Amino acid sequence: MHCIESGNVAAAYGVKLARAQVIAAYPITPQTPLTEKLSEFVDAGEMEAEYIPVESEHSALAVCIAATSAGARSFTATSANGLLYMSEQVHWAAGARLPIVMCVVNRGIGAPWTIWNDHQDSISQRDAGWIQLYACDHQQIIDTVIQAFSLAETVSIPVMVCYDGYLLSHTYMPFDIPEARAVDRFLPPFKPAYALDPRQPANLNTVTLPDIRPDIRGDLAPGYAEIRHNLHFDLRQTIGTVAEIDAQFKEAFGRGGCPHVELYCCDDADFIAVALGSLAYQLRDVVDMLREEGVRAGVCGIRLYRPFPDEAIVGALAKAKGVIVFEKALSYGNEGALCGDIKSALYRCDQRPFVRNYIVGLGGRDIRTADLLAAFRATCTTTEFKSDAPEWIGLKLQDNGRSL
Amino acid sequence: MSAKTTILNVPEEELVHPGHRACSGCGLSILYRFGLKALGRDTILVVPPSCLTVLQGLYPIAATQLPCLNVTFASTAAAATGTIAALKVQGKEGITVAAWAGDGGTSDIGIQALSGACERGDNFIFICYDNEAYMNTGVQRSGTTPQGVITTTTPIHGKRQEKKDMPAIMAAHHLGYVATGSAAYPLDVYDKIKKAKAIKGPKYLHLHTPCPPGWGYDTRYTVKVGRLAVETGLFDLYEIEHDVFRLTGASKKLVGKERKPVAAYFEAQTRFRALTRARIAEIQQEVDAKWAGYEMGEKATHA
Amino acid sequence: MSRSPFARRKSHSEPGPGDAGKTGSWRVLRPVIDVTLCIPAKTKKMACFNCWLYCPDGVVTRTIPPTIDYDYCKGCEICAEECPANAIRMVEETEFAKKEQ
Repeated sequence: MHCIESGNVAAAYGVKLARAQVIAAYPITPQTPLTEKLSEFVDAGEMEAEYIPVESEHSALAVCIAATSAGARSFTATSANGLLYMSEQVHWAAGARLPIVMCVVNRGIGAPWTIWNDHQDSISQRDAGWIQLYACDHQQIIDTVIQAFSLAETVSIPVMVCYDGYLLSHTYMPFDIPEARAVDRFLPPFKPAYALDPRQPANLNTVTLPDIRPDIRGDLAPGYAEIRHNLHFDLRQTIGTVAEIDAQFKEAFGRGGCPHVELYCCDDADFIAVALGSLAYQLRDVVDMLREEGVRAGVCGIRLYRPFPDEAIVGALAKAKGVIVFEKALSYGNEGALCGDIKSALYRCDQRPFVRNYIVGLGGRDIRTADLLAAFRATCTTTEFKSDAPEWIGLKLQDNGRSL
Repeated sequence: MSAKTTILNVPEEELVHPGHRACSGCGLSILYRFGLKALGRDTILVVPPSCLTVLQGLYPIAATQLPCLNVTFASTAAAATGTIAALKVQGKEGITVAAWAGDGGTSDIGIQALSGACERGDNFIFICYDNEAYMNTGVQRSGTTPQGVITTTTPIHGKRQEKKDMPAIMAAHHLGYVATGSAAYPLDVYDKIKKAKAIKGPKYLHLHTPCPPGWGYDTRYTVKVGRLAVETGLFDLYEIEHDVFRLTGASKKLVGKERKPVAAYFEAQTRFRALTRARIAEIQQEVDAKWAGYEMGEKATHA
Repeated sequence: MSRSPFARRKSHSEPGPGDAGKTGSWRVLRPVIDVTLCIPAKTKKMACFNCWLYCPDGVVTRTIPPTIDYDYCKGCEICAEECPANAIRMVEETEFAKKEQ
């Protein structure tokens, strides 16, 4: 069924089709309409789910952690400070190996307060052990949400589906809503390996010692280090699983094929822009303009950010002369967050492209295609760079209050 | 009203394995034995960081024979909500969800989630075992530490503030059942938990839990000290059912009788060593006034 | 319990005694019940059992006479304190170590 709706509503349809059973809901801009739409579905009887209006985001993920541990498919959504408030739980869900799906509608983090889009929120959680997928348009939002449940339940690792606040959450685009029965065939009901059960009592996630020690049968059980190692190991294996599930989805619904990176004009590109989320699509306009100027430009959109698909990225970027990372987040005190990851992937190459970093759009600062074009063009034509530090697009005032 | 449980007819089967890490003489251990007997095997427990986390055992051995979810400190009641929702949506009936938290995990860091779960009317039992400080981390003051008590974070003058009245806060949520109990009266606790099980919606129990290392008395006197708290009229055993208050058990028997002096309770524990004689006399007056109020209330109901 | 593919991936504990080992080793004093004074032992009736009731570790049995699991008894002395018949003596653990030698 085709419709024209907002990104938040696209996500809500994804959750509905996935038959989430427990939904924890707390309002925060710009995610709120997603949870509002879900409450409509539940109230109208269109979804058989428990809709829990929690009193905080920390509790939202607490509800999901408990519900999944007790055998139900659970979902929540948040943004920015809400995500940060539940950060402890984010780490908990990963360590507890719970297949929770959460939409993060990307928004900048306070202080100072902002409600507008950047990626600092989800970036701040990139080390927690969740799978992070970024959607670039509304079709990707609904498709990724559905796949996220399948992925999470296959590998027992929680999944964050990220999409840009306002730019995607509140804009209207046409997209296809898959047919419910087809989704049911793609995504069967949740069958956990273990759910809290009085007939099979177990004590979950208690204090775990540094060292290994015998269990009640006398077999050695892992210590904290082993459990955490297994999470990392399984996350790395997930890179393959993401591609498998994408292939299954493509066979069922005819869409997909870019599980790790989404490439545009990269085959023969000398200079490739890299970005997360909808910015990658905006950069396609820039690439088109540069190609008209005779520059062999391309753009590599990152779809899977964690686990980091370094092989796919090296495959896409290694042969280029230059890589330009445009991003909406920083690893403060160092450089752009994504930029650091790209450099680390390219480090293994004997011959590697130069990597430049542009910080754009923080706190929703307007990202003008003309500015992106100017920066990209300048980078392609510069022979020597003054410094390695990230450059900023769109800053308007210097420290002394003068316009830049 | 059903017959009170006695030592002879309370179930014999232990649902806690011995050899766990609770301190020797731990009041919580007594409460937990009888609490689990009352809850029964068809129960899922939710436990935040607390002495109980340690009592229940370190991975991979569990002292508890019931399924249990360990959760982050602030999220106990929210996790209970999530468990209930999952059971409901899977059509799994007849399983009790019971949260056990210490006073810190209830009245301080846990209060927000607890209030939310109660406002939502979720069907669970929340048991606060109140040993009146953060004992698991080594005796730091909490919201329910009584005034004047020496803890590691109130090491010289004792806690300045008064004990937070958690049962009153919970009663203000107009719950179907709020009750207090004590490790010194385990059969009373058993009966109250059994009663709570049969009521729908959120239920709250506040259980006084003597703690030898935290309170400063020899392990031998855990039950005696717990009893003194009740016999001096400092800690009262009561129920509030749909906003109606009623003293119970040993506290009910104290109405119109002579109570032991509060000094006897304070002198039995080194944590009260900062209380001056003048302050103890003041506290005695406060307790006397409280009981005069109870006695008037009793007269009113019997008038 | 069947092993799930994620059995070793999670902190998943199964019920069993002795998480802290044989906690009887914590004892300095051992409770010894004098069956000539113990009410249920003396009267051969199911009666009293305060020791069973108040034992924090559940190592006393509700039997005639009550028995104590010394593998796990931590020696807290609550049973001795609460026995209305003063039937429980606390004896230095070293006495038993000597005997066991």
